[in-house]
Amino acid sequence: MITYVVRRLLWLPFLLLIIGLITFALGLYGPGDPVLVMLGQHANPEAADRVRHELGLDRPFLVQYADYVWKAIHGDLGESLKYRGQPVGRLMASRLAVTVQFNAVVIAVGLAVGIPLGILAALNRNNLMDYLIVSLTVAGISLPVLALAPIAMWFLAARFHLLPSGGWDGIFSRRIIMPTLVLSIGPAAVFVRQTRANMLEVLDQDYVRTARAKGLREHTVIVAHALRNALIPLLTIFGLMLGGLVGGGTITESIFGIPGIGRLVWDAFTARDYPVIMAYTLLVAVAYTMANLFVDVCYRFVDPRIHYG
Amino acid sequence: MAEEKVEQRRRWREFWRRFSRNKLAVVGLVLVFVMFFTGIFAPWLAPYSYTDQNLDAVEQMPSLAHPLGTDELGRDQLSRILWGARTAVIIAPTATFFGVSLGLLLGLLAGYYRGWVETVIMRFADILFAFPGILLAILIAATVQGRIEAWLKGFEALEGFVKAGFAQVLVVIVALSAVGWPGMARLVRGQVLSLREEQFVEAAWAIGARPWRVIRHHILPNAMAPIVVSVSMSMGGAIVAEAGLSFMGIGIRPPTPSWGALIIDNYSFWRSPAAPVLLWLPALIVGAMVAAFNFVGDGLNEALSPGW
Repeated sequence: MITYVVRRLLWLPFLLLIIGLITFALGLYGPGDPVLVMLGQHANPEAADRVRHELGLDRPFLVQYADYVWKAIHGDLGESLKYRGQPVGRLMASRLAVTVQFNAVVIAVGLAVGIPLGILAALNRNNLMDYLIVSLTVAGISLPVLALAPIAMWFLAARFHLLPSGGWDGIFSRRIIMPTLVLSIGPAAVFVRQTRANMLEVLDQDYVRTARAKGLREHTVIVAHALRNALIPLLTIFGLMLGGLVGGGTITESIFGIPGIGRLVWDAFTARDYPVIMAYTLLVAVAYTMANLFVDVCYRFVDPRIHYG
Repeated sequence: MAEEKVEQRRRWREFWRRFSRNKLAVVGLVLVFVMFFTGIFAPWLAPYSYTDQNLDAVEQMPSLAHPLGTDELGRDQLSRILWGARTAVIIAPTATFFGVSLGLLLGLLAGYYRGWVETVIMRFADILFAFPGILLAILIAATVQGRIEAWLKGFEALEGFVKAGFAQVLVVIVALSAVGWPGMARLVRGQVLSLREEQFVEAAWAIGARPWRVIRHHILPNAMAPIVVSVSMSMGGAIVAEAGLSFMGIGIRPPTPSWGALIIDNYSFWRSPAAPVLLWLPALIVGAMVAAFNFVGDGLNEALSPGW
């Protein structure tokens, strides 16, 4: 088990090195020049060269990358090119706090709505209730945020003035309701679908029949015997969503005016602020890898049948 | 020979019987047909050109002359939606085709040959998975955009296409294919790994069948069902991804109409009374097409999976 975890963790530095290299290369060979964005399109070429030299952008590609890696190992992710003098780490930390809080609320709402509805659908299999929940799920999975957002905003904000159309004021403000409403529909639908499918499968198992046969109350059978096992596969989805916690939706954060990390990266992209983009890519890669590892280790604990070499 | 034909026809009938048992899948299939029909015949169906501006009739509500009203430049919304289908009909199948072909090839190689081939391919897929997807697509699109535009300038015969936004369409296709293949590679590899343990594959090896023959006749046909299902679903995914890229200002740019671009262009109308036709309609069309492709995928899954 420990060897397994160590082996998985040893892969992480290589992963980061390669991901960093790809992003760095796309940044360097991609269009746009951060110096020209900084100084304006009609900047004096000499001044531009001087700034480029100051920032070390005139060195060979591999030298620049090696330098970046060396500094990154020592905890220095460089300075933002757009916000001169601001260390990337500090810039990201404040935005990250917003994104993590917001996404945590979205996932929590998705879980709180999705699992009960999934159970309800499974227990009413092929009833009107089941059909209703399943069709809502299909709509929830299919409709992209880009489509749901304007409709929700029109009804709730423009037409009936029930809610503010977005913005950020902490997780206990009314502003969070609209974005949460729109964004949690997707995760909720995924949880409903999975819970329903798993419940249906588990309810057919021998141990559920045994539990019923020995005269346990239906409530105990459902909660203690069926549900506990039905929720195990949800761990994968939940874990990967936790990994996505830091990602932040570039589109959604722009639509709802949430100053999170997705928004920061989008601004960084338009300004060709590559230190920020680099740091973001590495952060997402770490989160993704750790989330996967977390899921696999958790499985080991909840399902003793699984073994890792 | 004749018997083979009869057998084939019987299989198709059986397939259709199972597929059409799922009513939603049939509805989805009809929607997909409508989308392709509209996309192909857009120039004959649309009452106006998608670039026709009428500055005397901007932001009009639906009327007889403009059944779905006009946008801020007085362009006919119905025509733009119909033309948008054409962009979707070009992008969704092509991006899916390239992403799937690459994933299929690499997944087959990884699953069949194992060893270092598998390690290299699957590690590379892992790396792409760990990338934030939309960002990678944006970076790739931004990097290839200038190059593709410059390259297309070399072909004078293509000038008309370029004017119609061909370069942007190509950029979107490249970006989506590059981001899309790892999922397919994983799926295919998993299939191959389990199939190569089957006795019929072992038997084929035992009588000395070449790798290509084993893959073509024994592995691929049996791995086809999940692949076909995932192709259908990723067509819907491509339509949404195109909308996302447009939103980021990458990919389809005005005046080329795409459903994604229509949502983005008209986003500022979200408070306006014209929002339902200008903004919701393209948004709902995107949603409906995603649902349609998912339904078809579900139907295919039921029709193709054995044991029914």
